[in-house]
Amino acid sequence: MIKEALNTMSDLWSLMVGLRVTKDYFLEPQVTVRYPWVEVNNIASFKGHLELVSAKAPGKPKCISCGMCALACPSNCLTVVKRKAPKPTPEEEQALAEAKAKGEKPKDKTPKDPEKFLYDYTLCSLCGTCMENCPVGALSFTGSPYLAGYSRDDFHFDLVQVLKNQAGLEGMDASVAPEAGKSEA
Amino acid sequence: MTTNPIIDHLAGDFYTQNFAKTAGEGNLILNLGPQHPSTHGVLRVVVELDGEYIMRAEPVLGYLHRMHEKMAEVKTAAQFIPNMGRVDYGHALGWNWAFVGAAEKVGGIEVPERAEYIRVITCELNRIASHLLWWGAYLLDLGAFTPIMYAFDDREKILDILQIPTGSRLTYSYFRIGGVAQDLNAECIRLIQEFIPWFRARLPMYKDLVSDNIILRKRIENIGVIEQETCRRFGATGPVARGSGINYDVRRAVPYSVYPKLDFEVPTSDLKCARGRYDVRMIEMEQSLRIIEQALEMMPEGEILIKGAPKPSWKVPKGEGYFAVEGARGKIGAYVVSDGGKNIYRTKLRAPGFCNLSLFAEVSKGTILADAVAILGSLDLIIPEIDR
Repeated sequence: MIKEALNTMSDLWSLMVGLRVTKDYFLEPQVTVRYPWVEVNNIASFKGHLELVSAKAPGKPKCISCGMCALACPSNCLTVVKRKAPKPTPEEEQALAEAKAKGEKPKDKTPKDPEKFLYDYTLCSLCGTCMENCPVGALSFTGSPYLAGYSRDDFHFDLVQVLKNQAGLEGMDASVAPEAGKSEA
Repeated sequence: MTTNPIIDHLAGDFYTQNFAKTAGEGNLILNLGPQHPSTHGVLRVVVELDGEYIMRAEPVLGYLHRMHEKMAEVKTAAQFIPNMGRVDYGHALGWNWAFVGAAEKVGGIEVPERAEYIRVITCELNRIASHLLWWGAYLLDLGAFTPIMYAFDDREKILDILQIPTGSRLTYSYFRIGGVAQDLNAECIRLIQEFIPWFRARLPMYKDLVSDNIILRKRIENIGVIEQETCRRFGATGPVARGSGINYDVRRAVPYSVYPKLDFEVPTSDLKCARGRYDVRMIEMEQSLRIIEQALEMMPEGEILIKGAPKPSWKVPKGEGYFAVEGARGKIGAYVVSDGGKNIYRTKLRAPGFCNLSLFAEVSKGTILADAVAILGSLDLIIPEIDR
């Protein structure tokens, strides 16, 4: 009987101990960050969507359109569109023919940077495989996890265009819908 | 079961109707669990109730099947690593390790020592985060709301730490075949060193707040007693087996990586009930802290990825290999069979949760419905992992 009463007392005491913890933490300042008004300060290491690293000239990507990233991507969210060789002028054509006659290999004058670098963020799992396999280090993650859009098309990017916009070269919309991309080409 | 053709479709789908065939007279068939196409953890348990008592129970799986094993057959080994973070969101790094380890075993790749220590540290941190998630969610299941707030406060700190090397907060894709993706920088190590004493001081608080609480003790003590024999029959591992007194931990039983060099205990409990599993997990968090502390001290300088680490186009050499790690829920295994082709021929993933859930049908027999929730929670189920 006494044992039972003691047990009940210790049981009640366990509730008191818990309440003391609650009291201690109740008086502490709030740890929740009230998001839209206050932002957390450690997003620098967080992976955002991909972007192209610009070369020395602003707005011009380091990318050499080798397509290693597209090959490495587990979810096929990258498409690299290479530049077409510029149409040779008559003089160049003549020089080319002469070189060919001599047996020399004509020098490829096609610019190496991609015409388009299509990136489908809806498929991307941010694994970083593309970055690790880039021979020139032309890709990186943005530190901005706050990307949001109203439609699916808002997440289809042409990264070359994005880079140009960042450099302030062209004031165009960064995201390109697939249809818009085709008409541009 | 009804035989009226007009309301026959209300009798449920194939599972329910098949289950109801052998139901007793006047018993209620109830579908238990969050079961909606848009919920993240879709678990369905069909139970036969006689009043408050469960006569039979049968888990129905497959609602979250994402064909991870099939996806392994259409991707190269390195391309499959991001999938592993998505199998089990609670302990993503354990899964990372299991697959990467199996691929390394088949490929005969040695991992640099620093990378091994980094793997241990991050994996153990992830284990603590997983146990905290379980702790909060379990008490939420039992009807206590505030503990999850405390748990997530701590878990947030771990996620902040793991965010620095991995770049993500939940579905990590951090391990690479032959090492890890990024080194732990000074800031990260400083945060871990700050976290260890801080969290150690939090553990007694958890004990005061919840563990000793009489309401919780009445809810989980002597509920869901799992005999050792049952554990062995169903292949239960992890805290579920250790909570029944089976001293089996892959880190000790089949030592891998640098665990043999580290000094830690494998907690077991002879209570066999939900309380035993609860205690084991609480002590495991403490032991994980010990492991991290030692690993940080012993971590050498050096490479984190072997030279000439496999590229995505790397072909796994012909052969097969199995690698198991101790996850937060039990033994995580990956079995890789390669025929030397571009993609791995076959990958089998062993999920601990699958075996642990299988126990439920037997353990829940004759318990009250409210206790069944306490038993389900104590098994620490992560449904995506069970379905894979």
